[in-house]
Amino acid sequence: MERTETELIAAVLRGDAASFEPLVQKYSPRVFATARRYARRESEIEDIVQEVWLKAFQKLNGFRGEAPFEHWLMRLAVRTCYDFLRGHQRNRETPFSELSEPESDWLDHFVSQPETATENADAARQLIERILEQLSPAGRLIITLLEIEERSVKEIAKLTGWSVPLVKVRAFRARAEMRKLLAKMAKEKYL
Amino acid sequence: MNLDQLQRKLLAAARAHPPSDRVPYAFEQRILARVRELSAVDAWTLWARNLWRAATPCVAVMVLLLAWFLLVPSSHPANTDWSQELENTVLAAADPEQPPTDVLR
Repeated sequence: MERTETELIAAVLRGDAASFEPLVQKYSPRVFATARRYARRESEIEDIVQEVWLKAFQKLNGFRGEAPFEHWLMRLAVRTCYDFLRGHQRNRETPFSELSEPESDWLDHFVSQPETATENADAARQLIERILEQLSPAGRLIITLLEIEERSVKEIAKLTGWSVPLVKVRAFRARAEMRKLLAKMAKEKYL
Repeated sequence: MNLDQLQRKLLAAARAHPPSDRVPYAFEQRILARVRELSAVDAWTLWARNLWRAATPCVAVMVLLLAWFLLVPSSHPANTDWSQELENTVLAAADPEQPPTDVLR
């Protein structure tokens, strides 16, 4: 018979480390998808996910069971990703003059015919990735959660541990930061 | 260039490409091995951990005793001459005013 999450967690807390495996198996895809939003290299992504699981194991006695385990785990994952971003903020300054050919072509197409420039192009995805990489850690986290994952301010506050007003302030700053980067990209390419 | 529109397009591009949720082969085993390393605590770690736990009540008792010593008034009169008290105690056996113990018997 398959054990419930509560039973598995209780068993881990009693010292049965093997009961942690079904939890890792069940939730690793979600944690990997989250980590891939903030890191590019696969080795970095694996390190982030490993850290999330080790933290989860060490802090499991702090899980009260009031909210689902998945929510608790995702809070840990988002905070670990934020720590990763803060620890890797060096080398964020890459000039936009070094755009790849498809990226440059996509931008040219957007300038000439903005309506027909497709969002499904790989080049557009690479461009947004380039912009996100140059944002501050808080800016990147907020833009990812608010604009890309389309979460509410309240949800973001819960995930990050920031207050609702702080999330709003950081969202405002992040949007301004992003606009500034887009303007810089346009200036470097066309002026 | 319309930056608002560009921003909308790029964010839509990011939304249209959710990241993969692929888990590397045998990743759970790697996590479990690390978890087992963490949970295998040796006797010295256990001893050190308990020692640290015991330190808190010890400090608390010490603070309480210090507070008691400072706050509770002494039963001795305030003008006690400690040097005289010490001398009396040390020289009690040689005090000529007190009879020797074998005489009392």
